[in-house]
Amino acid sequence: MSLTADQVRWVAHLSRLKLSEAEVAQMTPQLASIVGYVDQLQKINTEGVKPLYHALEQVNVFRPDALGTSLSPEEALANAPERLGNFFQVPAVLD
Amino acid sequence: MSEYRTVVGLEVHVQLLTISKLFCGCSVTFGQPPNSAVCPVCLGMPGVLPVMNQKAFELALRAALALNCQIAPYTKWDRKNYYYPDLPKNFQISQYDLPFSFEGYLDIPASLDQPSKRVGLFRAHLEEDAGKSMHDESGQGGSTKVDLNRAGTPLLEIVSKPEIHSAEDARAYLEELRLLLKEAGISDCEMQEGSLRCDANVNIHIPQADGSFIATPIVEVKNLNSFRAVERSIRYEAMRQMEQYQKDGKKMGEVSKCTAGWDDARGVTIVQRRKEEASDYRYFPEPDLAPIRITAEMLERAKASLGELPHQARARLQADFGLGIYDADLLVRMGRAITAYFEKVVSAGADAKSACNWVANQVLTTLNESKSTIDQYPLTPGILAGLVVEVQKSGLNMQRAREVYGAMLADGVDAKTAIQKLGFVAVADEAALAEMIRKAMAANPKAVSDFKAGKIKAADSLKGAVMKETKGMAKADLLQKILLDELNKV
Ligand SMILES: [Zn+2]
Repeated sequence: MSLTADQVRWVAHLSRLKLSEAEVAQMTPQLASIVGYVDQLQKINTEGVKPLYHALEQVNVFRPDALGTSLSPEEALANAPERLGNFFQVPAVLD
Repeated sequence: MSEYRTVVGLEVHVQLLTISKLFCGCSVTFGQPPNSAVCPVCLGMPGVLPVMNQKAFELALRAALALNCQIAPYTKWDRKNYYYPDLPKNFQISQYDLPFSFEGYLDIPASLDQPSKRVGLFRAHLEEDAGKSMHDESGQGGSTKVDLNRAGTPLLEIVSKPEIHSAEDARAYLEELRLLLKEAGISDCEMQEGSLRCDANVNIHIPQADGSFIATPIVEVKNLNSFRAVERSIRYEAMRQMEQYQKDGKKMGEVSKCTAGWDDARGVTIVQRRKEEASDYRYFPEPDLAPIRITAEMLERAKASLGELPHQARARLQADFGLGIYDADLLVRMGRAITAYFEKVVSAGADAKSACNWVANQVLTTLNESKSTIDQYPLTPGILAGLVVEVQKSGLNMQRAREVYGAMLADGVDAKTAIQKLGFVAVADEAALAEMIRKAMAANPKAVSDFKAGKIKAADSLKGAVMKETKGMAKADLLQKILLDELNKV
């Protein structure tokens, strides 16, 4: 399985990672080897094997619909790089 | 070639009626101070674990059954990855390839002028809401404020097939969906508070001479804040696409899917960016949340919690009470509690059609004016039935009957007492009425000749004269009969 540099740039863009050209060159074979490993798994004969949708075998874990403790706005905003009153403040976003 | 067929699919998000969020115990009450209903789970702090709210899942299951969906025996959640400031985890926990329900339908109810229409549903799935971004409107570039109170609120996404073919039907679909979800206690569907939101996927099919049709590119219209906005935006967008097609001839598949905003003030859609392809969300199973295996017992409980759904109530009111489509629909839209009140009025002796009129008009007006609900309404069904019966028996006209009703409310008395107190005695003496009619005819020969010339309405002025003379107490049906007799004698 080979990956193109453009595919790597696109995945990096989706993950909001800024890669230098040197990094793209470095990452491309690394990612390709991971995808290649999956290719290898694809070759296994899985006929008659039930699909595994989730790694957890546990099912039906519920909590009752009850109020728990929330943080205060001060605590909630403690890690915010910037705030405006009790809001998180971020650079302008246009829809 | 200006005829085209509008094709609409609606994506509706409703907030489920829980008190806490989907995966944590933060409150979902609307209007709390910013960032006061948040915790490490819904803020997406490292090392926290989401745990499914049982009530949210039960309500979702109830909704899926009410929407005639097939229920998956096993369901899981997935991470939908994208970056936005109001999405603190950088992914939304949603459902991708194994939604808990799929392939359902909702019938737009029949009305007097059209039969019911079935709209298929692709799926309904349970997911969490994002927070709320507020953009600086000053136009200075400025900044965006984020409130994460809403993040993690349980939402049910209901995706219809593109089987809605007019703006009016889109609205009727939404009204029926809202009624159903409210009646079954699934969501309060308050659009103003964002507990019902709607996006519309719109395109048009343009018929060709050879019998085939050309489909235009689909546009997803967002920011629809009212049912009226849904209706107007679809009508506008269909027209816009026709004009666009006439200009550039672009068909579906030749340009990628776009989103558009709806500008309610200007009444126009504004086409925005290219929609990112679904695969760009890089869905993968949410490893921290246990899947659900839906048991027979869970399904039984959900079925038992449905209650009577609107389409069932309409059918029953028509079959059991002899009401027409219009009246049955009127009652059902007022809700289960008012329908139940109506039924008690009928069991207490009132005829169904009159009881429906009284409930839908006077009772509803009283409730609206006092901003109260039917369980706070002062007249028992028996007392209201007494009024309906008395009015029919005495032949009081509607205006007088309303005065009696007012007196009953004001003095807390029954209809008989109120009628006595007001001194209302219907004039039902045939000879006396006939005499008054002849007098009115003599005083207004033009009305008589007009009536004779085929202007049926001319009889109204004669009737009015008698009503005036009897201070509105002439027994209406009797007056009508004698008047026609007298006119026919001329
Ligand atoms: Zn929380």
